[in-house]
Amino acid sequence: MKTITEKILSSHAGRDVRAGDIAVVDVDIVMAQDGTGPLAVSQIKKLGFSKVANPAKSIFFIDHAAPSPRKELSDSHKVLRDFAKESGARLSDIGEGVCHQILVESYVCPGDVVIGADSHTCTSGALGAFATGMGSTDIAVGFALAKTWLLVPQTIKVNFNGKLGKGVYAKDLIIYLIGKITADGATYKALEFSGSVSSGLTIEDRFTISNMAVEAGAKAGIFAADETTNRYLGQRGRAECFKEIRADEGAKYEAEIDIDCTEVEPMISMPHTVDNTMPVSRIDKVKVDQVLIGTCTNGRLNDLKIAAGILKGRKIAEGVRLIVAPASRIVYLEALRAGIIETLIESGATVISPGCGPCVGIHQGILGDGEVCLSTQNRNFKGRMGNPDAFIYLSSPATAAWSAVRGFIADPREAL
Amino acid sequence: MIIKEKVIKYGNNVDTDVIIPARYLNTSREDELAAHCFEDLDENFKEKLKARKIIVAGDNFGCGSSREHAPISIKASGVKLIIAKTFARIFFRNAINIGLAVIPSVEASENINDGDELEVNLDKGEIKDITTGKTFAINPVPEFIREIISSGGYINYTRKKLNI
Repeated sequence: MKTITEKILSSHAGRDVRAGDIAVVDVDIVMAQDGTGPLAVSQIKKLGFSKVANPAKSIFFIDHAAPSPRKELSDSHKVLRDFAKESGARLSDIGEGVCHQILVESYVCPGDVVIGADSHTCTSGALGAFATGMGSTDIAVGFALAKTWLLVPQTIKVNFNGKLGKGVYAKDLIIYLIGKITADGATYKALEFSGSVSSGLTIEDRFTISNMAVEAGAKAGIFAADETTNRYLGQRGRAECFKEIRADEGAKYEAEIDIDCTEVEPMISMPHTVDNTMPVSRIDKVKVDQVLIGTCTNGRLNDLKIAAGILKGRKIAEGVRLIVAPASRIVYLEALRAGIIETLIESGATVISPGCGPCVGIHQGILGDGEVCLSTQNRNFKGRMGNPDAFIYLSSPATAAWSAVRGFIADPREAL
Repeated sequence: MIIKEKVIKYGNNVDTDVIIPARYLNTSREDELAAHCFEDLDENFKEKLKARKIIVAGDNFGCGSSREHAPISIKASGVKLIIAKTFARIFFRNAINIGLAVIPSVEASENINDGDELEVNLDKGEIKDITTGKTFAINPVPEFIREIISSGGYINYTRKKLNI
């Protein structure tokens, strides 16, 4: 009787492994991005390698500072482009989008082991894969050998039951959960998302939830691979890689957490930690200077569609800057064709190229001293958006869009 | 290995964005990373470092991004050891991989004060607070991890295993 994590890691270790075992596992997909990649490349070279073990599934993404705003970063990008050419690894260059979105669109299959030099690699867990973030040195060895070592984590099962209320989305659920278990409530553990609400969530909603598993310290955030997963892979032309993955009846969990979604309201994370949460309806009036809709957490088609639904026929408030960053080129094109981008721009939004945008504080919307940003991203640490004297709040795209209209953090249920 | 140094103490959830902000991730050069280490958390860090080389912190040290630049910037600043109640998972791995000593200890973290002088014996598994006279046992490190550290980090360890 195994958890999803134990099943996937056993199949990649070539033996039966259980929570608590240290296992050397085969890795299906290895990736690094432009922040962590150059160091991974120098470590691969230090290891004495110039090739990667599995070129078709080794990817370098240029998304964190794309296009480059500084010559030093341009040089880092050059390192990745050159090494990709030399080693045979794939390169995902500027304009293609955020690594985690491209991985789920084009690479990850249910049952895979995915390691990435980016903490939000856990996003791919939504497809029923074991996906986890590591540092550049770990990833360098992963690129070179297509293997890594792991402590097989205990699993905490999160049961989302009940019914989602009006104006409440996957983002609100995950913020609510992190508020409840805190920023280190799942450190070293895998989260397995279950319950009737989880089965009913769209794949995009699952990406949002898995994406933020690491904000509770988790090693992975996993959904069962089911009919929803199958449909999504079919839409992406990857139906052949689908296989059903679910936990065995009677699998051993370290703990179970029951969330009655009926009680969850639209939620906010307040500065400067993700677990500093509050229902939107209960916070004092907070004026916003910048609103960001996008990122690997909430930059997908349905996120932009929800925002456009609220912004249609409306204008953003005077003094507010609304920045929209589609998560990938595919998302951008689909949103363009659906008229979503037009609606957003008419409301006053600034649409930037697919990628991480201003989330990580390198470019495209660095905050000024004392400024407040409401963002759909996953992290609101001090200095995150390039200025330690600014304040970042996190929310769903609906809350972000409606707040951009009002000029202060506002409850999206007023607009729906 | 014995480390005898004074303590700089910080609180809970010291995240990688304050250890080394992303705006400085355009380099892997250790001295440049060290120059900006903790700049958003503690403007007196550099001054404190002159006389103190051990960091003691609360829960979830190193949470956030996977950037290995975080432990590199701390190590390159001259810090010899970090003791925390708990460490975030990726930071802990990264620190071991680059050969920075990290010790999880709830008891030590709760009882050691800012400025105390410690004598830490990594082989014996003991932290001695010279200032207060208290001692704390360290949980033994798993064999596998000890081998990575004694090889001088994960790259050397892997080379050894592959015989290259």
